[in-house]
Amino acid sequence: MKHTVEMIVLAVGAFLALVGAGFAQDRLFGAHMWILFFVLLGGTLVLMRRTDFRPIPAGGAPRQSEYFDEVVKYGVIATMFWGVVGFLVGVVVALQLAFPDLNIEPWFNFGRVRPLHTSAVIFAFGGNALIATSFYVVQRTSRARLFGGDLGWFVFWGYQLFIVLAATGYLLGITQSREYAEPEWYVDLWLTVVWVAYLVVFLGTILKRKEPHIYVANWFYLSFIVTIAMLHVVNNLAVPVSFLGSKSYSAFSGVQDALTQWWYGHNAVGFFLTAGFLAMMYYFIPKQVNRPVYSYRLSIIHFWALIFMYIWAGPHHLHYTALPDWAQTLGMVFSVMLWMPSWGGMINGLMTLSGAWDKVRTDPVVRMMVMAVAFYGMATFEGPMMSIKAVNSLSHYTDWTIGHVHSGALGWNGLITFGAIYYLVPKLWNRERLYSVRMVNWHFWLATLGIVIYAAVMWVAGIQQGLMWREYDDQGFLVYSFAETVAAMFPYYVMRAVGGALFLAGAVLMAFNITMTILGRLRDEAPIVGAVPLPAPAE
Amino acid sequence: MSILDKHALLERNATLLLVGSLVAVSIGGIVEIAPLFYLENTIEKVEGMRPYSPLELAGRDIYIREGCYVCHSQMVRPFRDEVERYGHYSLAAESMYDHPFQWGSKRTGPDLARVGDRYSNEWHVQHMIEPRSVVPESVMPSYAFLKETPLEVRNVATSLKANRAVGVPYTNEMIENAAADLRAQADPNVDTSGVEARYPKAKVGDFDGDPQKLTEMDALVAYLQMLGTLVDFSTYDDATGYR
Repeated sequence: MKHTVEMIVLAVGAFLALVGAGFAQDRLFGAHMWILFFVLLGGTLVLMRRTDFRPIPAGGAPRQSEYFDEVVKYGVIATMFWGVVGFLVGVVVALQLAFPDLNIEPWFNFGRVRPLHTSAVIFAFGGNALIATSFYVVQRTSRARLFGGDLGWFVFWGYQLFIVLAATGYLLGITQSREYAEPEWYVDLWLTVVWVAYLVVFLGTILKRKEPHIYVANWFYLSFIVTIAMLHVVNNLAVPVSFLGSKSYSAFSGVQDALTQWWYGHNAVGFFLTAGFLAMMYYFIPKQVNRPVYSYRLSIIHFWALIFMYIWAGPHHLHYTALPDWAQTLGMVFSVMLWMPSWGGMINGLMTLSGAWDKVRTDPVVRMMVMAVAFYGMATFEGPMMSIKAVNSLSHYTDWTIGHVHSGALGWNGLITFGAIYYLVPKLWNRERLYSVRMVNWHFWLATLGIVIYAAVMWVAGIQQGLMWREYDDQGFLVYSFAETVAAMFPYYVMRAVGGALFLAGAVLMAFNITMTILGRLRDEAPIVGAVPLPAPAE
Repeated sequence: MSILDKHALLERNATLLLVGSLVAVSIGGIVEIAPLFYLENTIEKVEGMRPYSPLELAGRDIYIREGCYVCHSQMVRPFRDEVERYGHYSLAAESMYDHPFQWGSKRTGPDLARVGDRYSNEWHVQHMIEPRSVVPESVMPSYAFLKETPLEVRNVATSLKANRAVGVPYTNEMIENAAADLRAQADPNVDTSGVEARYPKAKVGDFDGDPQKLTEMDALVAYLQMLGTLVDFSTYDDATGYR
């Protein structure tokens, strides 16, 4: 009988959730435990329906020499699903800022939905992309099956449970208010368990590798997993009010809490959204263009420089606040220095195309990956610039920051993930090619146009807002009331939503394309111009 | 480039690679964060700071629950325009009992570090119920449900205890009287001398316009009305506070 242990564990978990709901010390915890109960009960029922009482046929179990790709397939589908959800919620919150009547109190007010958007794109979309690609890459580059057997499944499903608990918690109002680490203490504990399992699976696979060297992509994945573990544990130290309650109070307060939070927050960017995605770049770009990584030495230097320097950059989120000046200055100096290792990575990625630049014209997947690295370069130039205190005094608290984040998240993380998925799907499902390469081209242009509109509009909005706040007339009076600066944002907020909607449309097109590919369909279409060599003219 | 050749050692040993990267990523945090806990000048010496009263703390919990920090900062920077718009720039001391801090990172709405005493209770209630009825340009969502939701009072004392566990100096007396203090602060018909003695400068009376009911609106307005009002700036010297 299969899934016996899993079923029992899920059923016991569901029972405990029910007990938690019954003895809850506050309304929100009770509601959250009911949700957990129904999720786990549903999981148990699904497993029961799949129960098979026949003895396992001999040779039915997968051979241990094969790669464990089933979990990667699930991860790719989850990435796509959460991506569309996250982008959709993004468009909704963008519209809420332009048209506040779209807020539906209490569950769908901006303050609760915005964390849903950020977590859905960073942790659900980005996190699933990282887990799925790391499982795929580490097996290929180590020539070894994923370590730990079903532990890989635990990581995948455990992570989805974390996402569901975090997302439903936000809408209920369960939050620590720590940006990009909003889930409360019990969800944090669950994520810690899942993350340790992830480290075990990943490190275990490297340890049993058949290749003498650990491939560069795996350095980045490994440092991402370890550093996120460290950041997560320290940043979420808190004392719960009750072990059957949703509320906790942070272990730190005020200025120390602020720097701990932004030490975490900036390195969620640095390790979750940079190191992990650089690992994707280091595997999928060489594969897709069929060229080796440009420089081995550059990859060594920029890897160590990047992970060492990123950690210092957190204080630039706290310029001119009550954080002591020495810490602000230190953060600024390292943020500016960080430009160099960041561009080291960009150069290594772009120059990998040496001798294959024609593929940018003929292969939309390569074009997408190249544009991703280009956006990485732009965002990692803009970031150090904004961390300079004089610039930050204008940009901080404005939508410029939001624009900066999105040129990184949509441009770099989004496009490199899309590229990786377009590469993976035909391979994983053993298809001749994607359902439609032309749709990839459409996706590329929709996404790129969406990002450009988004970022440009937010530059204008942010700089205008910052200037309006500080504008004095010749009598020495402030020119604008705060409310006037809010009203001035309206056209930009509408245009930003348009940019986001374009990006979402591209992702929906992609979801359709990969669904059809998985179903085994091939669209009857003309090849991309230049992709197939033209027959030589007759002499 | 002999040193880079030695890198092969790390590339062949996963444990070394793991330990090496963990060391590399630990240094920055230790150098920047750890001193904040022992350098004495990190938090300025001021007069007037006290822990939140139980009602203010409950209001603060609602402020966090609703994600107000997503659009409102509580950190006035030391610039001419900000000081003129919002008041004296924020001090580290003013958030010393904030677990977690609420400095925020975005001003879709104005800074709230010194919003206390700026508007009447009635204004706040009306603003929460229908923001555009008092600020036509506002894009803030409506929070009318707060006025209909009774304040959950089960965990008042345990909330204070949890705060004490992380370092907020709540006394035994404060914890024993927590539930009573919470009700008294929002009730115009009882003796509030106990609350006011334990929590100097606490605003007392009905906040939400309905003295019969203790709602989440009472708590939130009580919190907003005390923001930035505690520190006595007449005794504060900017020069000694500079770090």
